[in-house]
Amino acid sequence: MFPDERGRFGEFGGKYVPETLMSALTALEADYRRLAGDPEFSRLLRSYLRDYSGRPTPLYFASRLTKFAGGAKIYLKREDLNHTGAHKINNTLGQGLLAKMTGKERVIAETGAGQHGVATATVAALFGLQCTVFMGEEDMARQALNVFRMRLLGAEVVPARSGTKTLKDATNEAMRHWVEHVQETYYIVGSVVGPHPYPMMVRDFQRVIGDETREQIIAQEGRLPDVLVACVGGGSNAMGLFYPFLHDGAVRLIGVEAAGEGIETTRHAATIAKGSRGVLHGSMTLLLQDEFGQVQPAHSISAGLDYPGIGPEHAHLAASGRASYEPVTDQEALDAFATLAKVEGIIPALESAHAIAHAVKLAKTLPGDAVIVVNLSGRGDKDVHTAQGLLGGNLQ
Amino acid sequence: MTMRGRTAIEQAILRSGKRTAFIPFVSAGDPNEDVSFRILLDLAQFSDVIEVGIPYSDPLADGPVIQAGSQRALQAGMTLPKALRLIARVRAVSDVPLVVFTYVNPVVQYGVDALMQACADAGADGLIIPDLPFEESAETREAATRRDLALIPLISLTSHERVQMIAASATGFAYCVSSLGVTGERASFAAELRAFVDAVKRASSVPVAVGFGVSSARHVRELAEFADGVIVGSAIVRRCEEIQNALTSGDAARLDASVEALSAFARELSEAGR
Repeated sequence: MFPDERGRFGEFGGKYVPETLMSALTALEADYRRLAGDPEFSRLLRSYLRDYSGRPTPLYFASRLTKFAGGAKIYLKREDLNHTGAHKINNTLGQGLLAKMTGKERVIAETGAGQHGVATATVAALFGLQCTVFMGEEDMARQALNVFRMRLLGAEVVPARSGTKTLKDATNEAMRHWVEHVQETYYIVGSVVGPHPYPMMVRDFQRVIGDETREQIIAQEGRLPDVLVACVGGGSNAMGLFYPFLHDGAVRLIGVEAAGEGIETTRHAATIAKGSRGVLHGSMTLLLQDEFGQVQPAHSISAGLDYPGIGPEHAHLAASGRASYEPVTDQEALDAFATLAKVEGIIPALESAHAIAHAVKLAKTLPGDAVIVVNLSGRGDKDVHTAQGLLGGNLQ
Repeated sequence: MTMRGRTAIEQAILRSGKRTAFIPFVSAGDPNEDVSFRILLDLAQFSDVIEVGIPYSDPLADGPVIQAGSQRALQAGMTLPKALRLIARVRAVSDVPLVVFTYVNPVVQYGVDALMQACADAGADGLIIPDLPFEESAETREAATRRDLALIPLISLTSHERVQMIAASATGFAYCVSSLGVTGERASFAAELRAFVDAVKRASSVPVAVGFGVSSARHVRELAEFADGVIVGSAIVRRCEEIQNALTSGDAARLDASVEALSAFARELSEAGR
């Protein structure tokens, strides 16, 4: 079972961090393993997921989207109906509880679009923890509403002004800050990225998505799905959906990467399609880099997918062939965003719209009795302003 | 023929003839290749070992000053192969031990074994890779050892029971991180620093140097009480900002003055270790 004792998923993963953090990571792993086996921790986490976040989230048969696509049945796993509007809270409740139960009084986080930052600020308020969120200066301008939300929830938001001033640099700043304050601070990493044990831990906290999906699809269809589709930035919603199905060889797993303006251009975030092996934010993975190992800026219409790396377990699933990864462009995602709103009355996050776009393409090629489950990882309220700018003239 | 590799570093520190050896850090190519070469030659005259940084897009262990130096070098077109050529140019005219400071990703991209060979060919004597902890270092250590290059590990105040393992593996010197946090100038050091350095000394058979935050002659004198060497980065790199400004101004006299100011500052710190 991956990861192994060195935190490796095949050749990916591991711990590539400054020495100052090594003891903290070892302690974190020990704390996590102890609490993961503690019935009281599990009971508390389950109750927060149910009573605070509203789980289980529905698995909804999207009949009109299915008709629109004209092929396989499309089901939507409604992670957008979670408290704070995305799957991110599954992980922040888990890690927040871990921080609380190990006596930390302060949490930090990085955020791109602000969804993970909001989810972290939310659990910090819930558990009475101090909270500092690092966010790229560019992203703060693009997602001003989420900055206000985090502040409203009592968090301090610190602009990351280094490098490209986006998620990559916010993560650098959060790690630099953690190195200085490691003794009293818990770092809530927002995706299945970072040094071991984070990719494992975040996956475990997100697997509730796949566990519920499994039960729900069996109840509704009497069998496992043929295909699971989820968008991939760092990859936490996809990993959470895929993980309980890894050993069901007949279930195809498809991660959807942001192709931005096209993977043939330099403006994309298609790490699996165009990246190469290297170390980013503490783990060996695939990343966008030049011939000298300088990390290259990513681009996507969706700030949540705008990341030059990917979780090491996805790199492994791609290398082993267990999962495949497909690119979807900004324009295709934007079209899917509008389509889902019109045919189902659901406005998806632009991240999730990437998964919808691919699912619709794929459904057309499959027979009517095939079953696709798409992770609708977040709601699109945060993106309405961006979409208005881009779609404005086309909505008649 | 002069000795090279880990022995050159260890001997240079132990036989510096000073209470503490002086180890400055500069980014290769900051603010550009030619001026960087000139700075390195100046430093070579009075430094015991020099750390040459490979500029990197995402320097996780560095504070704002060294990040800025890294950016200046990258903008002026510095790359890892060019940095190795710069090292070879210095080696052609100086015997000062040279240590390559690089993050792990450029090492992976170049190829671990290929890079160790290229470092040895350029005349470098060792490497520091701040985001390559002991547990991930086996392949690199083996490739470095095969060429007699030092692999200098960082040891932190939070290393605790890891100190023994890391210090025992150190070649060249053991690099004690003076305080929690990233590189950058600091007013003072942690109270427990001396006890920490003493513990590393007991566990190690190589010299023990202290870095992060060392920024004045007073600091050097203070650390000379118990450290075999001191590493000074940000306080020197900060002076490259003025060199960059002088370069941009096109005023040759101002450029000379700014390079001389950096050298004079570094020389003062080196002398403080006597």
